[in-house]
Amino acid sequence: MEKIENTGGMRRFATLAVKLGTSTKTNDRLEALEKYFSEADDADKVWVIALFSGRRPKRTVNTSLLWEWCRELTGLPGWLFEESYHTVGDLAETIALLLPEGPGGAGMGATGRESSTGGQGVKVRTGRPDAGAEGPGAVDGAGAGRSEGSRSLTDYLLRLAGLGKEEESSKKAFVLECWATMNSEERFIFNKLITGGWRIGISQKMVVNALARSARVDAAIIAHRITGDWDPATTTFSALLSEEGGGGELSKPYPFYLAYALEEEPAVLGNPAEWQAEWKWDGIRGELIRRGGELFVWSRGEELMTEKFPEYQAWRERLPEGVVLDGEIIGLGQGGQPGEDADDDSRAGGYAANSDREEDARASEPRRVSVVGERDSNRLDFVPLPFAALQTRIGRKNITKKNLQEVPVGFIAYDLLEYEGQDWRNRSLTDRRAQLEAIVRSVNHPLLQLSPIIPFDNWEQLATIRQLSRELGSEGIMLKRKSAVYQVGRKRGDWWKWKIDPLVIDAVMIYAQKGHGRRSNLYTDYTFAVRSGDQLVTFTKAYSGLTDKELAEVDAFVKKNSLEKFGPVRTVRPELVFEIAFEGIAASARHKSGVALRFPRINRWRKDKTPAEIDTLEDLKRMLAVYGK
Amino acid sequence: MPLIEFTDKGLYCPQGGFYIDPWRPVAKAVITHAHSDHARAGSEAYLCHRLTMPLLLWRLGVTAEAVQAVEWGEPVFMNGVRVSLHPAGHIIGSSQVRVEYQGEVWVVSGDYKTEDDGISGAFEPLQCQVFVTESTFGLPIYEWKPQPVIFSNIQDWVIENKERGKASVLIAYSLGKAQRLLSCLEPVTEKIYVHGAAWNIHQVLVNSGVVLPAVERVMPEMPRELFKGQVVIAPSSAEGSPWMRRFQPFAVGVCSGWMQVRGNVRRRNADAGFALSDHADWKGLLGAIEATGAEKVFVTHGFQATLARYLNERGIAAAEVKTAYGEDEEGGEPEGVAVEDQAAGGEDADRGED
Repeated sequence: MEKIENTGGMRRFATLAVKLGTSTKTNDRLEALEKYFSEADDADKVWVIALFSGRRPKRTVNTSLLWEWCRELTGLPGWLFEESYHTVGDLAETIALLLPEGPGGAGMGATGRESSTGGQGVKVRTGRPDAGAEGPGAVDGAGAGRSEGSRSLTDYLLRLAGLGKEEESSKKAFVLECWATMNSEERFIFNKLITGGWRIGISQKMVVNALARSARVDAAIIAHRITGDWDPATTTFSALLSEEGGGGELSKPYPFYLAYALEEEPAVLGNPAEWQAEWKWDGIRGELIRRGGELFVWSRGEELMTEKFPEYQAWRERLPEGVVLDGEIIGLGQGGQPGEDADDDSRAGGYAANSDREEDARASEPRRVSVVGERDSNRLDFVPLPFAALQTRIGRKNITKKNLQEVPVGFIAYDLLEYEGQDWRNRSLTDRRAQLEAIVRSVNHPLLQLSPIIPFDNWEQLATIRQLSRELGSEGIMLKRKSAVYQVGRKRGDWWKWKIDPLVIDAVMIYAQKGHGRRSNLYTDYTFAVRSGDQLVTFTKAYSGLTDKELAEVDAFVKKNSLEKFGPVRTVRPELVFEIAFEGIAASARHKSGVALRFPRINRWRKDKTPAEIDTLEDLKRMLAVYGK
Repeated sequence: MPLIEFTDKGLYCPQGGFYIDPWRPVAKAVITHAHSDHARAGSEAYLCHRLTMPLLLWRLGVTAEAVQAVEWGEPVFMNGVRVSLHPAGHIIGSSQVRVEYQGEVWVVSGDYKTEDDGISGAFEPLQCQVFVTESTFGLPIYEWKPQPVIFSNIQDWVIENKERGKASVLIAYSLGKAQRLLSCLEPVTEKIYVHGAAWNIHQVLVNSGVVLPAVERVMPEMPRELFKGQVVIAPSSAEGSPWMRRFQPFAVGVCSGWMQVRGNVRRRNADAGFALSDHADWKGLLGAIEATGAEKVFVTHGFQATLARYLNERGIAAAEVKTAYGEDEEGGEPEGVAVEDQAAGGEDADRGED
């Protein structure tokens, strides 16, 4: 078997990862990344970019095997291993903490940014001889046994990637050998590389910015270059950042422009005439790319999803060459009619006329807009299906005819990023939109829809229209500045999402479980119930939404009021009432309550309410009837 | 009748008529150490180590007449029961309580750590039939690095902060950790500034003859420039409080065994976490328990269920016991100290609770 020595590359990466994981300030993280990019091997940099932009290598070693080997090495009983895991909240870290001391010094380095020192070559500065520290002799040279090999991060990752086909015994030999030569911090990172699931708080944007700074290239250019389908195993750093790029060029998407949530009233945006309003759709953000005679579909998670949506191939021939559309991948039900009905302009025109008439009639009255009136003007030509429907499609490896019939997936287009092979992002939204409309109309297919523009004259009126969101299967309204270019990443100023208020229900907490990562060792994951007669029926799990102080308070309550313990789950006295907010509700056969919620979270702690005052299953069913289409 | 019973007031020796670390007022209380979850006010008479006494007087407001101080190993007889205190290595003055009657020996550990920190006295393994042990860090994930390694990490961190023009604010318990850190910090900083809470304890100890490196109390009128690149020791109650603003720019390092787990460092929003604990780690607990040769082990505050189960599986009869020690059932380090520090901190206390 290939021998892997312990390393500079791994250590450098471990130092970076730990620093990123504990830094509390964005600037410190950026600085750490920048430092890494200016010092590390080019090959390693490519892997780091891949790892931090979601291009994780496939898992080749099962976590239960890691678990087993660690138990074997430590001799700990399974229950104690599990208990440890529930306290740490992360398998990779648990194993790193439990393994017998490696050559890299005693145990896990102090968790924090000082850990760059690792466990090597300890020198304690002693002041007064009687001051207590034992002096350097005791542990100096703790790292003496380390081999000074210089395996890179790349070597580890390639070796790991290759393990997939190998026998369990050779997987084991490799992992055990790595563990044996690593210190606790490196083991943690190494385990993380195997298990995945980093919660390191690094956005792709941050990686882009750090790269831009160290390579002195514009961030938008970097963002475009590291987007799309490239393989870190076959891409060099210079190729990745060079103009030409690699073979994935044809399918390369543009980085998405993301909106910020509008926290205030839209009046702060100024003149309504400068803004374009559209519905906010509850699907998956996607890019549709037609290049070289082929059609590619990218999701916001930068996943190539072309295969998942065979219905899109129907437009391959109809879309002009060199076109990139930005829009929503979404289930579309009956009602989408190609032809004249889909003509957005005529609808907008109709509305304008209507509104003029109204104004004539009520010239002397204060302006009042009724929801009913807006309902007609904002009728859709298609029926967006709830996100839950789309989920039944994206989770599947093989898509059957039945799937295609039950949940046809369409694309609601709202922007044009490339036309005739030219990057159009620097043109105004108005220009892009005009061309987009022409393209979508020429395709003329019921599953390819234009995101309708919501006509409005003033913010009040738009607020009224917004009340229709849920009815139309939308999450609220998007506001885009008509003169704005298409930017990169999440930027304030030109795009805003003005979401509708969530649905809410008051419920009582009945189970609690310890959280993970930042929340490990605290009971932070809760299950809630509503009343049904004299029974409590669980209907959702929810976490987040509480302040750290409230979390601590609930945690203390859980510890004092546990009725039963099932592994990590505690049944607690049903006393604490919370308002649960959610974005949507759907029927579900899998849940006891018969409903499944979309984005459930704790809105607030209703300390003013007793469990007797919580909502009922009937209330949930009513919501299902109204919004659960 | 067992030599020691577990009652709702605390550990009670019926033959000797005394309690050990009672959490309600009693006639006679033997105190292991001065942390507030072990030493409580209201009892009529106290027995403790010589160095615990001044802390009790200062913190509990009891009179000197009510407190009897002894040296380690010096026996006291109560109705035929021989009681002696022995170093527990937890904080200055902290002691295990050895109780002997008619050849039966029990040892109550209080809080302890097995590594000699240089100021608390080296933990003394005692032979006994029954051992009452704490279990604050009773999980195998807790394995401390040797003190010199952690000190070296802290020193590197302080130096790095200094180079960046930042003050280093170390969050540490005012009684115990704050004194333990001084020898680590002294070589790498000109001045060690402390919060009023740590200052008061420092004064009490120095006045009782304990030799400690000099510290300076943070005073409201001190100009901000004074703290530039210096070291500050503060209790956890000061973390994130307006009191901290005067040190800007600064980095916060939390010194606690809980920092062993990354999630806790992030949850505290600390810039660095140092797993420096005054409690025994997993191996320390197991080693101490084995060294007693005890036939029966009672496990108190911390991961008592876990440790008791593990001991039983290894053939050491063990049972868990509920006490009022530790902050909660999961075994918090005595945060109570820090909360009390608020009152002691006087004008420095800007924040109500932690």
